Amino acid sequence: MQEITLNQILFVSTTLFFIGMYGLFTRRNLITMLMSIELMLNSVNINFVAFNKYLYPEKLDGLFFTLFIITIAAAEAAVAIAIIINLYRSHNSIDVDDATEMKY
Amino acid sequence: MNISAIIFYAISALILGAGILAVTSVKIFRSAIWLLFSLVGIAALYFWMQVEFIAAIQIVVYVGGIVVLIIFSIFLTQHSGKEMPNPPKSKMIFSALASLFGIAFTYNLIYRYDAFAMNSSKPFNTSMNEIGTQMLSTTNYGYILPFELVSMLLLAAMVGCIVIAMRPSTNPISSATITLTGSEILNTKD
Repeated sequence: MQEITLNQILFVSTTLFFIGMYGLFTRRNLITMLMSIELMLNSVNINFVAFNKYLYPEKLDGLFFTLFIITIAAAEAAVAIAIIINLYRSHNSIDVDDATEMKY
Repeated sequence: MNISAIIFYAISALILGAGILAVTSVKIFRSAIWLLFSLVGIAALYFWMQVEFIAAIQIVVYVGGIVVLIIFSIFLTQHSGKEMPNPPKSKMIFSALASLFGIAFTYNLIYRYDAFAMNSSKPFNTSMNEIGTQMLSTTNYGYILPFELVSMLLLAAMVGCIVIAMRPSTNPISSATITLTGSEILNTKD
């Protein structure tokens, strides 16, 4: 078995991204959909760090992008959970199928 | 097979297995715990790639912050032991097919570029010193402006969360009268 290359890491992050996509498609609960989105964002972070480490080791731009993505994901999760709690207060449920007032 | 490769495959199995369980588990609380394991595995992958700072940030922000927030909101909005209804079979099959197609498509693309130009000759220096100097430099390629913008974004998100999740006052007129009387008190003092 040879050394681990960039390709293996890209395979892992691709699989993780599509696992998150599957979860986003099948789940109907808002909290679990948010969890799937977190998985997808994390797979993108792995890509940034891996490309930076293996292709451009003299710079650190990928690391900074990862830091900014983590920060924005934290802000996004906080706002999403505030919205979810507000939705639960008015609808008594956090299923996306129950919040259809603005559909059509 | 050297020990580094074995560790990499073990970490990858942890990440992907926990990820699959996180999106397919029927109980929402278990799903959150599997997400926690997956995020810890990603932090381990960062340690394996020797970017210790990002790994520490991953553990502090994701494991210590976001997952705890998710678990709190599960407690606030759900019965944690209750089982969620399964999605319809047709939807599951089509989602799985779409995901598998995406995986196959992307694997094909990655596989064709088998030889990425790896210039591992240069050292990959990720010490705190280097990260701080490059990130907060004010030259052309520094990231000081996005850094400040992100701090503004965090402040806006914090205020926005409080405003959204705050329970609206049940009687708006009473609060208005309270402010009125307050100003009257001020006027009488004058």
